[in-house]
Amino acid sequence: MPIAAMLRRIVLFVTLAAAAGGAGAALPADTVRELAFGDNDAKIKAIHDLAATAPDGALALLEALAADEVKTSGESTVLVVRGGKVVDAATGAAISPLPEPLDDIVVNNRVRRELASAMAALKLASPDRAVRLAAAKALQAGADEGVLPAIERAAAGETDAEIRELLTVSGASIRLGSPDKEVRITAIRALADSTSPATRTLLIGLLAKKGDVWAEPDGDVRAEADKSLRAIEGRFATGELLARVFSGLSLGSILLLAALGLAITYGLMGVINMAHGELIMIGAYATYVVQNLFRQYAPGLFDAYLLAALPVAFMASALVGMAMERTVIRFLYGRPLETLLATWGLSLILIQAMRTIFGAQNVQVENPAWMSGGLTMIEGAVLPWSRIVIIGFAFAVLGLVYVLLNRTRLGLFVRGVTQNRSMASALGVPTGRVDMLAFGLGSGIAGLAGCALSQIGNVGPDLGQSYIVDSFMVVVLGGVGQLAGTVVAGLGLGVVNKFLEAWSGAVLAKIIVLVFIIVFIQKRPQGLFALKGRMADG
Amino acid sequence: MTVMGAPVASSAPAATPRGSAIQAAAARGIASRPSLSAPTRALFTRRGWAAFVVALVVVTVVLPAANLALPAGHPLHVPDWFVTLAGKIMCYAIVALAMDLIWGFAGILSLGHGLFFALGGYAMGMYLMRSIGREGVYASDLPDFMVFLDWKAYPWYWSFTDHFWYAALLVVLVPGVLAFVFGWFAFRSRIKGVYFSIITQALTYAFMLLFFRNDTGFGGNNGFTDFKRILGFPIAAPETRATLFALTGLALFGALLVGRFVVTSKLGRVLAAIRDAESRVMFCGYNPVHYKLFVWTLSAVMCGIAGALYVPQVGIINPGEMSPANSIEIAIWTAVGGRGTLVGGIVGALLVNGAKSWFTVAFPEFWLFFLGFLFIAVTVFLPGGVVSLFRRRS
Repeated sequence: MPIAAMLRRIVLFVTLAAAAGGAGAALPADTVRELAFGDNDAKIKAIHDLAATAPDGALALLEALAADEVKTSGESTVLVVRGGKVVDAATGAAISPLPEPLDDIVVNNRVRRELASAMAALKLASPDRAVRLAAAKALQAGADEGVLPAIERAAAGETDAEIRELLTVSGASIRLGSPDKEVRITAIRALADSTSPATRTLLIGLLAKKGDVWAEPDGDVRAEADKSLRAIEGRFATGELLARVFSGLSLGSILLLAALGLAITYGLMGVINMAHGELIMIGAYATYVVQNLFRQYAPGLFDAYLLAALPVAFMASALVGMAMERTVIRFLYGRPLETLLATWGLSLILIQAMRTIFGAQNVQVENPAWMSGGLTMIEGAVLPWSRIVIIGFAFAVLGLVYVLLNRTRLGLFVRGVTQNRSMASALGVPTGRVDMLAFGLGSGIAGLAGCALSQIGNVGPDLGQSYIVDSFMVVVLGGVGQLAGTVVAGLGLGVVNKFLEAWSGAVLAKIIVLVFIIVFIQKRPQGLFALKGRMADG
Repeated sequence: MTVMGAPVASSAPAATPRGSAIQAAAARGIASRPSLSAPTRALFTRRGWAAFVVALVVVTVVLPAANLALPAGHPLHVPDWFVTLAGKIMCYAIVALAMDLIWGFAGILSLGHGLFFALGGYAMGMYLMRSIGREGVYASDLPDFMVFLDWKAYPWYWSFTDHFWYAALLVVLVPGVLAFVFGWFAFRSRIKGVYFSIITQALTYAFMLLFFRNDTGFGGNNGFTDFKRILGFPIAAPETRATLFALTGLALFGALLVGRFVVTSKLGRVLAAIRDAESRVMFCGYNPVHYKLFVWTLSAVMCGIAGALYVPQVGIINPGEMSPANSIEIAIWTAVGGRGTLVGGIVGALLVNGAKSWFTVAFPEFWLFFLGFLFIAVTVFLPGGVVSLFRRRS
């Protein structure tokens, strides 16, 4: 026995060596001849054989056939003529001189369809994911039983979930054409676990009625299809709901980030800072600069640039904010309307300055590699990492602000000065410096927001303008001076906005939300969360 | 309390200590800024009347005549571009004056006045679009943008807009009713100060988004343009332009007269009192809602008329006019000229827009810097505006 085994191994070795030696030499000559000289049925059978056994060179031969490069000469010679070079179709050996006359092979539409699906089935073995994906998608369009073995083999060996999903659906839809009821029911059961929209369409097609005739004649199969369809649709609905809540939370966390800084400068200090959006913009540009520095001087550490950009963005916006406070805003304390106009002027200057420095065009800020891609939830709803990170980041910043205001000496001073300036001053608090630092803190948080926003949106001089109305809405809705209110208002507005969007479209949703806020403020001018008190002057 | 009127008494909100601190600060700020002119009984002084009449004659007779009657080479000829530019700036001046009426005299800063201006403009624009007739690109009875959207008939809100009188009515009614309803709710809830400013900003922003939609039926992004004629006269003809210019001048001086009449009346004095100490006025038995609402609606109607005069002269109206930035710019015109003077609004609009025309031609990249510095300089160094400089000197 060991000798027989050894012999077998040697034979195998020799065969393999021979196959490797002559390119395409492994193609069985009979099949190739059937392909060239057989009638249409024989051609199709040959194509299926090639797809099922997948010998080396099969794909090249089929592609040549599809491109009309396979010719016949005489009664038995099959050649591939490509760019002046002629080779034997079965062995791959070069042939010269060119035998005359050459005949074309007639490939009609039916054969061509089979050819296409066979080529796609063969491409499923490609090591390139993109090629496999394209092939799997091509097979969805229409394939018949002939390529089923190839598809099922590929599905079993496939590592990529998306491609496997496509292949499973294609395989099942081929089986659904089977005359055997049991085969159809098994296929439908397999489809129940599917998550692709194509499956749903397929099952709905089965349950359709054309005139008086059901698309699926058998009642048992229809019942099974109905069950599978319900399972799929249930998962779809949950997935959609989850995706919407997520995108609402994502928008809410962006609003929260944009509004948190404002909750300090406006909510606590009472400064109407119309340049808040521009402080966000400065944070985004700071991130852009840090990104460029990393790309130029430390390309190896590029993925870490965001961590370095956070403090830079914070400091850049904080410094600009403190400069604004010392040069302009402090002369206007107690005159909110004038503050509004002056800070609007500051915002115009900052916008034009950025245009002068960086140009009017948007600049490119690239995500680090660990932020691209996403977390695939059930039902094919992909949550992008960048959004998840930003939701987490918004809450981290919220925690930071809370701790700074309630657990530090600076926070104590800020609260003291905003509640009773003269008393705080009398007790020795340097009110001017506290004002400056508090404003710097609010501005710095705007910078952090800018750093986060640069990861998901365009960075341009007008970046801030789009956030200013929104962030004021959040602060006003939440209640001035209330961190909790800001959080609830920001997240609430985000989620409500996204749900309305699904119902009415993006622009109308935004308008509805604005009108809602305007009406809400009429009813509760003090916002969602208000401290209780009794005052004649409100 | 019974004297105060039910709405006020019942809606007195429980204010937050912090919110009230801000607003108390606001009241202090108003009281401490340079004294605004106390309203007098007479509309104008004798010299004021003289200046008013001279300016009126110059704007409505002399300038249009110098444009039409004198040949192009004549040293006193007023060029066409000047007529268009000055006409446009006078429309802005009406808006600035309307702004002064509520900001300078009632202490209400609106950041949504661009909305009323644009609504008046759109109402006039609807008439102008319909008088294009079949001369559009698609030679249809409908405006080109509706043909483009494949609409077959005018939506209901376009009905009767082919009549000038109806469009003129809309120019007054649409901004007026919107301002009345919005103001009634806002003032009744005693929303004031910065809160009011911010929600007016939200209002104009919402309207801008609405008008940007193609389905709203006002031409989307592009708005209305390519007008051909007004009341049968070709809209680009020098005679039509000079007439529109003179009409704008009349409207401006009319607005000034109305404004003076209002602020010198008893109502004007109550308004000033509301501006300086609203609670005290309430405790004296007045209901501030009515006074504020009247002047707020009047101001919005003035803006609507200005917009209606603006559109045929400039030849385009689009939702960009409703952007929050535009409305804030209106506030700076009034601030530059000087609040609480009425004339200041006119002066400010002339100065800022004159500077804008010059800058955007000579140094386009410096215009925003200049405007930004203007915002800061006026609020920090010159709270009384340009007018206060002359007043101090005389």
